[in-house]
Parts: sequence; structure tokens; C-alpha cells
Amino acid sequence: MSSNDSTGKTLLVASLLCIVCSIVVSTAAVALKGDQVKNKLLDKNKNILAAAGMLEEGKSVQEIFEQRLEVKLVNLDTGEYLTEENATEDWQKAALKNPVAYDQRKAAKTPGQNEILDGGEDIASIKRQAKYATIYLAKSETGDVETIILPVHGYGLWSTLYGFLALKTDATTVVGLGFYEHGETPGLGGEVDNPKWKSMWPGKQVFDEQGNVDIRLIKGSVDPSSPKAPHQVDGLAGATLTSNGVTNLIQFWLGENGFGPYLAKVKEQGV
Amino acid sequence: MASETKKVLFGPVLDNNPIALQILGICSALAVTSNLNTTVTMCIALTTVTAFSNFFISCIRKHIPSSIRIIVQMAIIASLVIVVDQFLKAYAYSISKQLSVFVGLIITNCIVMGRAEAYAMKNPPLPSFLDGVGNGLGYSAVLLSLGVVRELFGAGKLFGIEILPTVNEGGWYVPNGLLLLPPSAFFLIGLLIWALRAAKPEQVEKSEFSLAPQSKALAH
Repeated sequence: MSSNDSTGKTLLVASLLCIVCSIVVSTAAVALKGDQVKNKLLDKNKNILAAAGMLEEGKSVQEIFEQRLEVKLVNLDTGEYLTEENATEDWQKAALKNPVAYDQRKAAKTPGQNEILDGGEDIASIKRQAKYATIYLAKSETGDVETIILPVHGYGLWSTLYGFLALKTDATTVVGLGFYEHGETPGLGGEVDNPKWKSMWPGKQVFDEQGNVDIRLIKGSVDPSSPKAPHQVDGLAGATLTSNGVTNLIQFWLGENGFGPYLAKVKEQGV
Repeated sequence: MASETKKVLFGPVLDNNPIALQILGICSALAVTSNLNTTVTMCIALTTVTAFSNFFISCIRKHIPSSIRIIVQMAIIASLVIVVDQFLKAYAYSISKQLSVFVGLIITNCIVMGRAEAYAMKNPPLPSFLDGVGNGLGYSAVLLSLGVVRELFGAGKLFGIEILPTVNEGGWYVPNGLLLLPPSAFFLIGLLIWALRAAKPEQVEKSEFSLAPQSKALAH
């Protein structure tokens, strides 16, 4: 038994163990990746539908997604859709052909497809953003656009929160908000997933009468008699920094550098 | 031999329960028992990890240098936990999202480590495997009873199916919100330990010291 404690044996056992463990772990990770990615996409699509209040019992997510949603790409600078006419570069044409495959997160890291934000503009602390954003137009049974679903993301306390904000076609009234990926503290900041908190969002107004962004999470509860009530949402108890993060990311994505130009166009000309 | 196997497998459920007697693994017992879906998943995950980590550690127990034995145990446990986590992400995505960090925290669960050190290092692979399953069952028994009480009286549901119609949904049952918060599990575990030790007085620990009788200060 004493030979077990020799330096040689110790090193041998340690290195063999490391090799075996790493092979096992990486095999599992690689073999299961396909299913995991599929699940993640399904979860994302489900969240898009949940933000717009379109989930129905008995219908599969994919079914509703294909029947009722139209995927479009929007140029964040000009607020215009990416169309046949203004798609000049190869990646734009490819994205136009298959907008579902366009990966906004990847584009945000690709030179030429992204923009670097200055400290002052970057209130959501995301550093760089894609020039084009994927948006989803939800249609009613008759084919009219009912809801605009915008992807939003920004930094909370520990992590970047990724979610969807759904607006009515007046581009001001909230239909719903939901986050599908974040790493905030369960029970505190993680309460952004709480259905009760999410249910406070529908009906809120994100722009004031002059067209400026006006929506924030406040400390404590919103006084329903206050004239500001439609522009305020209860903060998350015990999670001031996550609440600030949510306020910042919503204000950023509705503002000049986010979907501001697009939403202004929607207000003038319709979807 | 048969009775020995039985003792290894079922002893930890009532007689030597890892949570109620050894007071190990409390933190995950508080965290995941607010509804039964996550509870059951956690029980299966922990039982699997404990059983297999015991098995593998026992297989190589004669070659583990004692100077690095804890790290060796940790590496094996951690790899198993990652594999379990990957499986959950692939096949039970929404549950793995709810369990979030707690699957990863199985690594630090004292039960897994405790059984590896106390049993698997000294016994052959098969009994070690059974010991792992047994302790997993002991953990599961406590978690499931907590989960049933917490979900039934906290939300009026079992496995998400309504049993007691709550006031919010037009029924008569006023749910006890405290039961959905982690501290309630503390109270319940306390009550459970009390009941268990009342039924089996041999589990009561000996007092480590006794108070000396009050003495008067000596007058100078």
C-alpha cells in the first residue's frame, strides 16, 4: 500500500484520472449537443410566443410559430426592413433568404456586421451590437399584423439578460415581456421569470406623449392613481441592480441606438 | 448475504438516514422541494451520482494515493455531475432550467462525498454501488415527503395538478405561502427529525456536555 503514496504513483493516478474524466465529460457534451441546441431554440421560440401572449394549449410551439409569425430583419440605424433592394452584401442576401438562421448574437461580434457603442450610449452595457436585428411580426387569424416582438438584451447584476418585448402596432403599448436566458440570483433577480411580475407589463406605455422613451422599474410598488403609473413597473424586491439593468436595457432598446428609428417609422407609416 | 444487502440498501432510509440522522445534504433539500417535478428529478440525479461515484471510487480504491484521495473523489464526482447535467439539458430542458445551479451543486453535496470517503474507500464495488443507491433512497425519501407537504399545502397542487382548489383560482383553499419559501423546509425537516427520533429513541444523540448546577459566587 505504501507504494501508492510514492510521487510517481501519485502523478500517474492523477494524470490518468484527468484523462479519463475529460474524455467522459467531453464525449457527453459533444454527443448531446444536437438535442441541447434544439431544446434551446424551442425554448426561445416558446418565449417569443409567451411574450406576445400567443401560446395555446394543444398546439405545438413550432406550429403556431410557422403559422402566425413573420421573421424580419431591421436596420437599426435607419429603421428600415432589410429588403431585396437594399441588401448589398453577401451576408445580407443570405440573411434575407433565411431570416430564421440569422444569428444576431453572432453578428454583434462580427466586424462589418456590428457597431461598437461608446460608454455614454451604452446604457445596457452590451459594448457592441449588431447592425441588423431580428424582429417577429405576429399576425391574427385574418393576416393583419397584431404584435411586434422585439429582442432585447442587457446586463443585470451577474449576467446578460436576453428576452423579448412585445408591443402593439401603435408601437407604444406593451403586450408582454419575458426573458429566456439569464444568470441572475434565483429567488431575487431571478424573479424576472416570475409570472406574477411579468403580468404587470401588459398595458404599460413605453413612450410619453412627446415620443420620448418613458418606462422604468421603480423601488416598491406602483401607485395606480399616479399619472405616471402606465410608465412604471414594480421593481424586483431585493434585486435593485437587476431592476436597474432591466430599466436600462428596455430604455436602450427603445431608444435612438435600439429600435427607436424603427418604432418611429411604425408610428408614422404603420408596420 | 441477502440480509447484508438489504441492510446496505434500505438501512439509510429509516435507520441511518443521511438527512435526518447524519444531517447532510440539507441545502439542496431546502432549495428544490417547493414542487415535486424538480424534487423527483433532483432525487434521481443525486441517487445516480452517489451510486456511480461510489462504484468507480471503490473500483480504484486500492490505487488511490491517500495524499490526493479527496481530489480524486471530487474529480470523479464532478465528472459524473457534469454528465448528468448534460443529459438533463438534452432531455428535460425545462426542468434543468428550474434546477439551474442545484444540479451543479450536487458536487458539493456532503452525502456524495461522505459516502465515497466513509464507505467506498473501504468496500468492494458492488456493495458500494448499493450503498450509494441506498443513501440516494434515504435522501429521496426525505425530499419527497418535504416536496409533497410543500407543494400540496403551499400551492394546492401535486406534480402541478390541482388537488386543493386555491382561492386565487376560485376555490376554497387559502395556500400557505411560507411553505413555498426555503425556511419552511427547515421547520419541516426539524419536525421530521423529531418524529423519527421519538419513534426510534436509539437515534437520539448523547449530550456532549451537561450544564453544571448553578453555583454561587464565593464571597471574598
